[in-house]
Amino acid sequence: MSFYDQWAAILIGTVVGFLLVFSALVGAKLLAPYARERAKGVSYECGMLPLGRNWTQVHVRYYLIAILFLLFDVETVFIFPWAVTFLGLPEFVLYQIIIFIVILGLGLVYAWRRGVLEWR
Amino acid sequence: MSGAPFLATEHWWDLRDLSNISREILEFLDRVGPDWLAYVVSPLIGFVAAFLLFVLPSQLFVGVYGERRLIGRMQSRLGPNRVGKFGLLQPIADAIKLIQKEAITPRGADKWVMWTAPVVFVAPAVLVWAVIPFGPNMVIADIPVGLVYFLAITALPVLAAFMAGWSGNNKYSLFGAMRVVAMAISYEVALVLGLLGVVLFTSTMSLQAIVEWQREHDIWLVFLQPLAFVIYFISASAELNRTPTDIAEAESEIVAGYLTEYSGMKWGLFYGMDIGYALAAAAFGSTVFLGGWSLFGLEEWVPPWLILVAKTHLFYFVFIWTRGTLPRLRIDQLMALAWKYMLPLAAINLLVVAAERLWWHEAGLGDGIVYLFAAANIALALLLVVGWARVLGYRPERVPTRPRLVKHVGGYVAPGAETGGGR
Repeated sequence: MSFYDQWAAILIGTVVGFLLVFSALVGAKLLAPYARERAKGVSYECGMLPLGRNWTQVHVRYYLIAILFLLFDVETVFIFPWAVTFLGLPEFVLYQIIIFIVILGLGLVYAWRRGVLEWR
Repeated sequence: MSGAPFLATEHWWDLRDLSNISREILEFLDRVGPDWLAYVVSPLIGFVAAFLLFVLPSQLFVGVYGERRLIGRMQSRLGPNRVGKFGLLQPIADAIKLIQKEAITPRGADKWVMWTAPVVFVAPAVLVWAVIPFGPNMVIADIPVGLVYFLAITALPVLAAFMAGWSGNNKYSLFGAMRVVAMAISYEVALVLGLLGVVLFTSTMSLQAIVEWQREHDIWLVFLQPLAFVIYFISASAELNRTPTDIAEAESEIVAGYLTEYSGMKWGLFYGMDIGYALAAAAFGSTVFLGGWSLFGLEEWVPPWLILVAKTHLFYFVFIWTRGTLPRLRIDQLMALAWKYMLPLAAINLLVVAAERLWWHEAGLGDGIVYLFAAANIALALLLVVGWARVLGYRPERVPTRPRLVKHVGGYVAPGAETGGGR
């Protein structure tokens, strides 16, 4: 185990994964039938012809959820290194992290009060 | 890798440690072949062994067949029972059928993205298994950031699902894609905060080291971190789009979600690898929370990889169980559960664990303290789960006091049910 780099294994795994998918897709391409039929290209809408544009607008709440997610995911990127090493760090780092989490918690409370989390 | 004494011998035929046989092969290749050969072959052996011994059989016979049989049993029907003995050949028949079906690309669809989406979905499924330790010497890549690596890799299918939904030129696909992204990112936050509690206790992110930590302290992290375990289970189930939380492909609302326009092998890859990811999530959960390949000393007698396989299937059974038992939740309920319930609980859990770990370290307490922590954390988890639900206004109705709607509209009320309590 010690004589090869761990990350090289992951690179090789990536190659294996792509080969696996391509073999499945190419196999399906070779084996699957192909029918010349115009109507099969119509996108599905309960059997009717589709009404309106298919790339429709979606609600803005998805965007707000995405912003909240960015906030908290960046938070975890900061907290993970701290979580591994925090026993060796000086004490004020703990208080800093607590303040950091509290500030983010305030952000969550603000979003909650403004109704971002309500799914109306 | 591990300094701990281990009973398995070094002979190649000792199946308790499969790394023996791969080491023999690699040493042979090193003697006869060029330098780089063993370098390339060693991860290949790992991936091939993991897939042939575990992933593929489990995926086919537990995921495709067993899951349908079990859910059939839970829902009082038969499930697949025609192809082969007891229907055991059903997964193979499914694969043969799917590969012969035409994969239709609708007019106006983004062809390139539509073909790339299954690739992006399936390729990481191989990579997930690289960091799962099957035994003391049996891990393909023991990278020091295994936990974050797992989270990063399992975030890729969400991207693939969005590509699939966006490219299909279909309203339902687009809605399904928006839903899957919204739900996956919401649960990702709670999941990551929950797993931080585990990292705080073990002070490492390597999965092998987490297993070793649980083995040294003779306790599973599920007892030390019950809240994190519950959060992990719900979040994993949400990210995998399994039934209590499968609003991304809710058949009754949006036809098949982001897979509406997919057919043939392109759909088959999505379906098959959904099970693959569920198995990977089960394996990761049993590694991090249920002690991985260790079983309180029994791993010296039973092959460790069999212990991990058994735990993974047990974990996966709970996935099947929830899927067969619980009804689908609405999207507003699921988003509220993620942001209002699990996220605050995970944050509180994080702070409590940090305080406990710091106290343990500063006061120089012995290892026996973990049992005290376990009892305290289980009590805290129960208190938080019940208490926070009460704070949010959840009142379970044990004995209904108000008249039911059925009385107002003159429906049938069973005799003796007027006093309440009748269901």
